[in-house]
Amino acid sequence: MSGAPMTVDISYYIILSAVIFFIGVAGVILRRNPLIVLMSIELMFNAANLALVGFAREWSNNAGHVFAFLVITVAAAEAAIGLAIVVVVFRRSKNVDVDEVAGLRG
Amino acid sequence: MILFWVLATLLVVSAVFTVTQKSPVHSVVGLLFNFVILATLYLTLNAEFIFVIQIVVYSGAILILFVFVIALLSSGVGPFPEGPNRLPRIVVPAAIVLLAAFGFLIYGLTRGSAGALPAHVATSTSGEVGQANVFGSVADFGSALFSTHLLPFEITAFILMVAVIGVVMLAGDASPDKTRHRPKRRPRKREPIVKANL
Repeated sequence: MSGAPMTVDISYYIILSAVIFFIGVAGVILRRNPLIVLMSIELMFNAANLALVGFAREWSNNAGHVFAFLVITVAAAEAAIGLAIVVVVFRRSKNVDVDEVAGLRG
Repeated sequence: MILFWVLATLLVVSAVFTVTQKSPVHSVVGLLFNFVILATLYLTLNAEFIFVIQIVVYSGAILILFVFVIALLSSGVGPFPEGPNRLPRIVVPAAIVLLAAFGFLIYGLTRGSAGALPAHVATSTSGEVGQANVFGSVADFGSALFSTHLLPFEITAFILMVAVIGVVMLAGDASPDKTRHRPKRRPRKREPIVKANL
């Protein structure tokens, strides 16, 4: 902790990002509600964004901000399409359980 | 440093809350807290534009999309059980929290700087927001986005277009039993759109 008194080291942000990412991974693996799975994916996107913005400040380079912007766009598109898929699957089969959706199983 | 630890603890707690809740509505509330706390962390990292985008896009758009889908999925299930009206009991704490948040906002606006830069970055961010060449300011971000990183910006437009087309193709045609508002819908109505693209 050298430098300004309120400065937080980059490693804390990266560790926090990793923790959030693995909470998201656990949510994707363990939960069976597709909505909560999508929310866990959003958590993972947010963890990636936190790492990008943290590194951007560490190197004083705003390429990280630009790519965090790109990741936010991808997250919005992913949420829209994922929720549309959830709605379509619910219309077809009336269930909200990712293990029950086995229509593509060979 | 204290701010970082408080925010980090709240972030992890809200993330765990989001993942472990049984009801998706509770998860959405946890996710809302997560997004707002993460936006505050972006502000401590001098990322002003990402902070605004986080609030607007995540807490505004994506969460509302989740809430709409939850409402849509549970609409055909049946009426919710009518619980006791808990509004009169929480109206006083809610008003206190709201006033405290508003006061905190005014305090922060009058006070100025929110985060501190590392020692090797010899610029400050809040207070001179409009100027370019200040790291993390909106002008700096904009000049980088439109000059150096123009390709990611244009890819953004393409991704959004693909998402719009994909959502319309996926969820645009409702099966006849669910279209209560438009019962006279013809079954193959989106066929000409596909042909027009060829």
